[in-house]
Amino acid sequence: MDKKVLLTAGIIIVAICLAARLFYLQIIDERYKVNANNNALLYQTKYPARGEIRDRNGNILVGNKTTYDIMVTPIDLREFDTVDFCLTFHIDIDNVRKKLKYYRENRRKIGYQTFTFIKQVPSEYYSHFAEKAYKFPGFYAISRTARVYPYNAGASLYGYINEADSAYLADNPEYRRGDYVGITGIERSYEDVLRGKKGYNIMVRDVHNRIRQSFRNGEMDVEAEPGKDLTASIDGSLQQYGERLMQNKVGSIVAIEPSTGEILAIVSAPGLTVEDLSNIRKEYGRLVMDPYKPMFNRAVMSAYPPGSVFKTVNALIAQQMGVINPETRFSCSRGFYYAGGKMGCHGHRSPLNLKESIMMSCNAYYANVFRAMMKNPDHQPISEAFDYWKEQVMKFGIGTKLGSDFPAELQGNLPSTKTYDKIHGKGRWNAFNILSLAIGQGEVGATPLQIANVAAIIANKGYYIIPHLIKDAPDSLRRAKYTEKHWVGVDKEHFDPVIEGMYLAVNAPPGAGGTSRRAYISDIEVCGKTGTAQNPHGRDNSVFMCFAPRENPKIAVCVYLENSGAGGTWAAPVASLIVEKYLKGEVERKDLEQYVEQANLKANVPVKRKK
Amino acid sequence: MMEGMSYGRAPRARKVDFGLLLSYLFLVLYGWLNIYSAVYSEEHASILDFSQRYGLQFIWIMISFGVAIILLYIISPKNLAPLSPLFYLAMLVLLAAVIFLGKEVNGSRSWFFIGSFGFQPAEFSKITTALLLSFIMSRYGFSLSNRKDAVKAALVVLVPILLIVMEKETGSALVYLGLILVFYMEGLAGWVIVLGLSLIAMFVLTIALSPLTAIVCALSAACIIRFFLSRRLVWLLTAIPVIVLICYIPKLSALESLGFLKALKPQVWALILFVPHFILWVRDFLAKRDERGSGRLILSLMCAVAMVFSVNFIFTKVLQPHQRARIENLFGITEDLQGIGYNVHQSKIAIGSGGLVGKGFLNGTQTKYNFVPEQSTDFIFCTVGEEWGFVGSIVLLAVYIFLILRIIHLASRNQDSFSRIYGYCVASIFLMHVVINIGMTMGLLPVIGIPLPFLSYGGSGMMSFTILLFIFIRLDMERQNRDADLV
Repeated sequence: MDKKVLLTAGIIIVAICLAARLFYLQIIDERYKVNANNNALLYQTKYPARGEIRDRNGNILVGNKTTYDIMVTPIDLREFDTVDFCLTFHIDIDNVRKKLKYYRENRRKIGYQTFTFIKQVPSEYYSHFAEKAYKFPGFYAISRTARVYPYNAGASLYGYINEADSAYLADNPEYRRGDYVGITGIERSYEDVLRGKKGYNIMVRDVHNRIRQSFRNGEMDVEAEPGKDLTASIDGSLQQYGERLMQNKVGSIVAIEPSTGEILAIVSAPGLTVEDLSNIRKEYGRLVMDPYKPMFNRAVMSAYPPGSVFKTVNALIAQQMGVINPETRFSCSRGFYYAGGKMGCHGHRSPLNLKESIMMSCNAYYANVFRAMMKNPDHQPISEAFDYWKEQVMKFGIGTKLGSDFPAELQGNLPSTKTYDKIHGKGRWNAFNILSLAIGQGEVGATPLQIANVAAIIANKGYYIIPHLIKDAPDSLRRAKYTEKHWVGVDKEHFDPVIEGMYLAVNAPPGAGGTSRRAYISDIEVCGKTGTAQNPHGRDNSVFMCFAPRENPKIAVCVYLENSGAGGTWAAPVASLIVEKYLKGEVERKDLEQYVEQANLKANVPVKRKK
Repeated sequence: MMEGMSYGRAPRARKVDFGLLLSYLFLVLYGWLNIYSAVYSEEHASILDFSQRYGLQFIWIMISFGVAIILLYIISPKNLAPLSPLFYLAMLVLLAAVIFLGKEVNGSRSWFFIGSFGFQPAEFSKITTALLLSFIMSRYGFSLSNRKDAVKAALVVLVPILLIVMEKETGSALVYLGLILVFYMEGLAGWVIVLGLSLIAMFVLTIALSPLTAIVCALSAACIIRFFLSRRLVWLLTAIPVIVLICYIPKLSALESLGFLKALKPQVWALILFVPHFILWVRDFLAKRDERGSGRLILSLMCAVAMVFSVNFIFTKVLQPHQRARIENLFGITEDLQGIGYNVHQSKIAIGSGGLVGKGFLNGTQTKYNFVPEQSTDFIFCTVGEEWGFVGSIVLLAVYIFLILRIIHLASRNQDSFSRIYGYCVASIFLMHVVINIGMTMGLLPVIGIPLPFLSYGGSGMMSFTILLFIFIRLDMERQNRDADLV
């Protein structure tokens, strides 16, 4: 065949292929026409309202109010009355001039971009702006919501929201610059539920990139989907009451409903106020510098020595191990003496049985109990006995993160054999070296949440449900997590002497030696245990844990006050007031309430002031 | 008429080929309008604003016109032909020098800068290569079947390719591969082209589908061609449906119980059917019992299968990562509309949005606001597609094809072998540019950054294409004169 004809034919075939592709792209395939619109259309984001948070009684704890962000498209700016503009928004004129100058100087780089000019303009300013918006071409407003907190309480647990920073955007590609995101507290743990879904308005741009009108009369616009509301387990008025009691004190209150694990109140003092939350960007610096660390949530982060309240845990584990029984007695002569040392105790009659040891909080009794556990013939050498003991303690949720929906929760401390090998040398330590664990001192550290959880375990006679803040998490995963019973591996009957001891500690007649008389409420059977934990920085910490009523308990409480002396002195009355408030709705003991409220225990707390 | 008598006559009025000239003018003007539209903004509304690309392009067009007139009426390229080795060598020096002295632009070192004006030797070396190739191949006694000559001709093409690849301008280097059409027209056997094309097809099939499919295709193609050659067509027509049927039987739902058969891919079945045939065929061939052409066919098949197995090597070792990414994007293996696939996606949107008659001059929205990068250079076809629509694009394509076919036609009529071969060179260079560029903007070919002749913005391109074309027009003019003299 003639080569020229072949070549010509080949070229024509190639040309036909190209033409066919053109035909397909330009005539047949509708996909690219829709896409082309996407480019010429402007998507104006509509931001969803964040979900609201209500308390267990349906009162709004965290709500929303409408604010506006004023946006500017510099290329559309024309001359306008800057003074009028500033008066409308109550802003400083110099700042406006500076920004306008920047836009003018960088107009090439900026091109058709749009920026946020003023953030979170209150709606009354916005309505003034809306009336005269025609005077300010290039500016427009988009509605955003801001948080409001009708109850002046609970700020530390709600957490705050802020614009997502670069690090967050890098990890979460579905967020865009300018989106708000929960940084701490519930806002963070339930970000996925609360955030909602953004929508958009589609606007048509012409060839000069001017916005013309709504695309197809808005039929393709997508409404923003508001975030889902959450119901917190918190009792708003109890929370508020707790914060009132804790003014001028340093420490925490945690109240849990034992049967459900729902947190009724959680106070960390000094803490954030709702005003701090609303203005977090302004207040952040001051809060961080505050020597009392209000951003530090003591209730879930601070690993305190639990002190004598820990005796209940040892009593339960020892019974289960079979090294003691309710009638085991140990003598005490103002302390426990051993080779090379003494663990002091206060004056009380001797010897005591198990329930009396709890009631009177005898140190010598628990030194003996602890020694018996460490010498338990089933688990030898001591490192093994210790590991076994530790395992049992961890079942109580101590030394491990409970897994609450509090994002900042910490695990506290529980030493391991390694800790002691390091301190004393491998195989060179015995029960007496670690004796302080018997009474909740030394290397053990628990958060107030964990202590409250121990109270709940005792109230439930053997199990706990992970304490949590939200009652109605929409996802089944979290629902399952917060309904599962965690058994601690101690038989039900072993709880009876401990509960009896705790009951007597509060309710035994004056003079009988009960350590928790100050928690007594005439018509509620409170079971409690005091703790007085040594604090290397100043006075002892005052600790109290309790639950009430004795039968079918409704509330378990831990109160932890730094540098406030004996547990019975301050922590017990605070806990008692919380119990009364929750169970009765109103506190009748006004003088006690006043006494607690007015006490200033903050002064005892040594603080390091930052320069 | 006697030869000697023509000396005494006044030179005849030389005739420029109007078809070529008009096509050229159309393309240049069309290109300029589209550059104006692509760069257009209200701030610089004047079409002769020399701070903008369309203003600069106007200057280049004017200079090109000047060069065209010089080539048409002042210097005869025919006289310069003996100097082509010199030009060629000088250009090689520039090509090599730019690797060391050039400025890096978009990752390749192929630009010299004199002040603010850039100069790209790779654009101009097409001219010198075409000239030298025509010069060598037109010499008396040259024959492609002579191995020494063939190697010489191949070297003329391969050396600049090597240098340009070293400049990392792989796209420009690919254009030179189009010169194989010149060899074809000048005596290279057609099956070499077919083999080349089928190797490309194997590469594409391997990447786009699977190596197995590629091998099955090669095998079946070879068998089909064998039947064609042996004229056993009836046999073939019955065999194909049977084979296809057998291959797809396991897919029938009726054969639930034979699950293991169902799991086999049709390709595997095809392989099972074809391989024994192939073995028999090779046995026949070795026993010299087979028909003519089988040797080449078997060899080609071997090459094709070898190609399939070397695809992985080429893909991972020879190609640069960005080239790999572009090919993967083309076949939809990776979809990355924000990254490597962005250009092509935006380009397809722009062209697609043009519809039948386009949005009108200056009314394109996609080719403004920088949705399509490089829109005035390599992606200028987007502007054409968007603003002039299917009609405008087809007209453009038609003009290009007319230009190329016209050059081939005129060249083939030329008795002078230098002019003829040069014409083929020009046609194949234009063809490569047009097909690759337009194919790329429509997502038919991977992104290969080469300009669209006469349309893309750029001085080097405008000048080199003009020179390339007008040398040919002048050569053609001289043919007409010679033909006239012979009358």
